[in-house]
This record gives sequence, C-alpha cells and structure tokens, in this order.
Amino acid sequence: MNAVTAAGTPGRRDVTEDEQDVALRFAGVSKRFDDGTLALLPVSFSALPGELVAIVGPSGCGKSTLLRLAAGLTAASTGTIAVGARNVGYVFQDPTLLPWRSVRRNVELLGELHGVPKPERRAMAEAAIAAVGLTGFEDKYPRALSGGMKMRASLARALTMSPDVFLFDEPFGAVDEITRERLNDELLRLFQARRFAALFVTHSVTEAAFLATRVLVMSDRPGRILTDLEVPFPYPRRPELRYDPAFARVTGRIGAALRAGPAGAPQ
Amino acid sequence: MTAPNSIGAAPEIPAEPDDWDHLVPPAPKRSRVRVWRAALPPLVTFGAVVGLWYLVSYGLLSPSRRFLLPPPQQVIQGGFLTWSQFSQILDGLALTAKAAAAGFGIATVLGIAVAVAMSQAKSIERSIYPYAVVLQTIPILAIVPLIGFAFGFTFRSRVLVCVLIALFPIITNTLFGLLSADHGQHDLFTLHGAGRWKRLWKLQFPGALPSIFTGLRISAGLSVIGAVVGDFFFLQGQPGLGALINLYSNRLEPDQLYAAVIVASLFGVLTFALVGLIAQRVVGGWHESARGRDKV
Repeated sequence: MNAVTAAGTPGRRDVTEDEQDVALRFAGVSKRFDDGTLALLPVSFSALPGELVAIVGPSGCGKSTLLRLAAGLTAASTGTIAVGARNVGYVFQDPTLLPWRSVRRNVELLGELHGVPKPERRAMAEAAIAAVGLTGFEDKYPRALSGGMKMRASLARALTMSPDVFLFDEPFGAVDEITRERLNDELLRLFQARRFAALFVTHSVTEAAFLATRVLVMSDRPGRILTDLEVPFPYPRRPELRYDPAFARVTGRIGAALRAGPAGAPQ
Repeated sequence: MTAPNSIGAAPEIPAEPDDWDHLVPPAPKRSRVRVWRAALPPLVTFGAVVGLWYLVSYGLLSPSRRFLLPPPQQVIQGGFLTWSQFSQILDGLALTAKAAAAGFGIATVLGIAVAVAMSQAKSIERSIYPYAVVLQTIPILAIVPLIGFAFGFTFRSRVLVCVLIALFPIITNTLFGLLSADHGQHDLFTLHGAGRWKRLWKLQFPGALPSIFTGLRISAGLSVIGAVVGDFFFLQGQPGLGALINLYSNRLEPDQLYAAVIVASLFGVLTFALVGLIAQRVVGGWHESARGRDKV
C-alpha cells in the first residue's frame, strides 16, 4: 500500500497493517474546491482486489471528484487515500481519443508515454484491441467510429497497461441503451477474466446493479455515502439477469436509498 | 395488387453474410453532373464580373475617361500579350515572390516558436502577447520607410516587412491551437506521467495543426501583400511588382496596371491554395475542416 500523493506515483502491493490486501482505501477523504465549493464530505470505504464497486448518485454529487481523488488528479482536502496497485487504469467519460491517431496508435499511446519499446507495445495494443472486439478497425480514425466503438477503443487503451485497479467515470453515459448493455456484458467478461478491482461511477441504477459486487449510493452535493449495498448475484451474470424479479428488488433498494437522500426525501 | 401494409416484393435474404453484397447496388460514381454543379457557381460569378467590367468600360465611362477601366480584351492585349510588357511584370513578380516566400518562411518558423514558448508558461504569454498585438496594429505603411532608413533599402528589408505583416496570425492561431487540447486528454497525459515535451509533441502540437494551417493560410496572403507594399518604397534597382504598379499608374498605362494587379492577386490566390493543399495532405485524414463533406 502506498498513499497517492501525485499522479502516476508507483504503488506497491504490500500486506497492510490489518493483514488485508486492499486494492483501494479512502479514509475520511473530503474535498473543497479552490472556489470554496464543498464537493465531498469526508468519506471512508475500501475496495478489495476483485471487487467492482459502483458509485451511484445524482449529477454533481461529487462522484467524478471521488475518482479524480483516487487517481491523484486532484488533492484531497482531508483524509488519506491508499492505492495498492502498480498500475491504475482510468476510463474517462469521453473517449478522449486523439483524433489524429488511428485506433491502433491511440491504443499504443500509454505504452509510448511509459517508454515501452515499439514491438512490445504493438503486441499489447493488438491484444487489447482483440479483447474489446475492435479487431479489423485498427487503422480507422476516431471520426469514422460510432460512439460505442470509440468507447471500446478508450477501454482498450486503458487495458494495455494491465491495471490492477480500474477507475471508470461514467464511461457508457453517452451511448445508447442497446450499446450500453452490450458494453456492460463485455466489461463483465473482461472483469472476470482479469479480476481487477474497480470503482465504477454511473448515474444508472440498472448499470450499477448489473455490474457491481457492491453499490455505494451517494447524496446530492455536498456528496457523502448514504448506503453501501451488497449485490448478491454471482458472476458470470447473464444478460437476462436484468429482467429477473430478484434484480428488480436490488435496483428497487438502490432507488429507495437515492430517494431517501436529503434532497429527495419527501416524496 | 399487394396487401395494403406491404412495401413491395423484397428479395429473399441469404443466410450467409458473404452473399449479401450483391443485394444492394454499389454507390453511384461521382458523375459529370456533380462536377458541373461544383464548377458552375464560381463560373457564373466570373461571367458576371466580366460582364460588369464591360458595362462600366463601355456603358458608364466616356471614351475620354475609359483609361480608368479599359475593357478586358485591351488589358489582355496590352498587358499579357505584349511580351515586352508582360516579361517586365513577370520579372517584378519573381522579385516580389522571393521576398514574400522568404518572409513567409521566417514568419512561420518564428511565429510557431514564439507561440510554443507562450504556451509553456503564462508569464511568457503575458510578457509577449501585448506586443504581438501592437505589432499587428502598427500601420505597416508608416513604418516601411523607417525600416528602409534603418536597415537600408535592400532585399533584407523587404523580407522584414513581410515578416512583420505575416507574423501575428501565425502566433495567435498556433497559440490558440496549442491551448485548445481537451481537458480529459490532458488528464490522461498527467495520469501517465507525461512531461512537458511529451505533452507538447504528442498532444498539443498535433492537435494544433489545423489551427496552425488556418494561420498560415492567412499569413501566406498577407506576406504577398507585404511584399507588394514594400515594393512601393524600395524603388532602387530592379523593380518588384509593387514598384511596377506605382510606375504604371504614374505613367497612366492602365492596361499594364490592371495586368500587374491581376498577376499580383493571382499570385496571392496561388499561395493561399498551395497552403490549403499542404493542409489537406497533413491534416485532411482526420480533421473535418480540411476535407470535403463526403464520408470517409
């Protein structure tokens, strides 16, 4: 474990004091922006390796801030953040592809930034492109891709460095529902194959319940964690699970937790 | 008669995707009609301008004042087809073009370098930008003689005039491009520990190329103007295009005057088109502004 102080600080996967191999731990972490806005009240939680923790909350509740804190892109006002991973993968809300690079060269970018020799990073890119099902589109430029395919390319880029901890910032928020479900299915397949730990920020209750082992429900700004819900379904989860009555009960509980939050309390 | 809700007979769709291609005919080739449709509007405008020219020459100007705008055929005859005159114009063009090209080249290198420096630190931007604006607002006509007195009425001074007039659009457009990289892309580079240079060469500079070319296109035209304006003042030695224009108007030789003006503007159009062509080659593959509307 080591505390994240700056972006890209390499972490070590050590056994912690309480003999537990934690992938990510927030202890009393809060954030007030420079302009005085209180974005996040002190929150504490941790994620174990192989745990996919979804964070659900209304827009502007500090979900993205939480991820930026975890990645070290912004500094916490109080508290400590510990990341037990050599590599942290970050998948942004937008695909953030470089439009002047082909899919292949976009996926190779992180290897380039980390100084991985060309043959190796090419092989890493090929594998990641295959893993997200973009084989055959390597030489296309981003402008020729659909929204869903851009997101796949963005995911492939993050996969190249084989991160142990993944941070997803509403990655499928802008794609249509059909594509989103398909991408969710594929993400779960990757999750099962690689067993990384992940924080997955979303404003979709269904998406959170379908993907996550645990769901953290957040309140309106200033954000805080209202509930920490276990999702009882084992993996692999079949797409039909979404239409199961048991699934509806879980989403119902998440929905109730959201409504019980301070802003939405009296119905 | 088909059933009311039927759209007509649809062919049986084979099970194998390999057999699907022939079901839909290939997209039609770019036909001659479409080429005409693209070429016609500018041709119509050209015809209208020539028509208006004739109208003014023959309709509005009395024969004694026709020297103000001689009819097109007279300009062609006197300016372009009389070799002694036209060769003089071409020699002038060669000199002016040399000054414009040298000035444009120096302005490109200098402008991009200054913009890169400004993009690296707000303090550098703040210390240079106001003076770059001043440079742009100085009336160039007023300082050309000063440059002449200070540096001599030589080729070097002509180039300096071109640099002064062409520099500003390159600086501003390059700087704008360098600073307009997406926030998320910057975050990505930060996350993976990219330093100043990696960020500049892999993110900011390639992303700025479309803006840089916008600046270069403006400046290409401006450096031609700079060279022609410079010519007005650098009258010693071999005359440039601007000096010839000055000479023809003093001597009341309208045919040659109009021919020289047309040559000067055609040269400006040519440089503009040339930069556009290079832009198309460099960023046309990925950037919207540099390519046609048609899909990839």
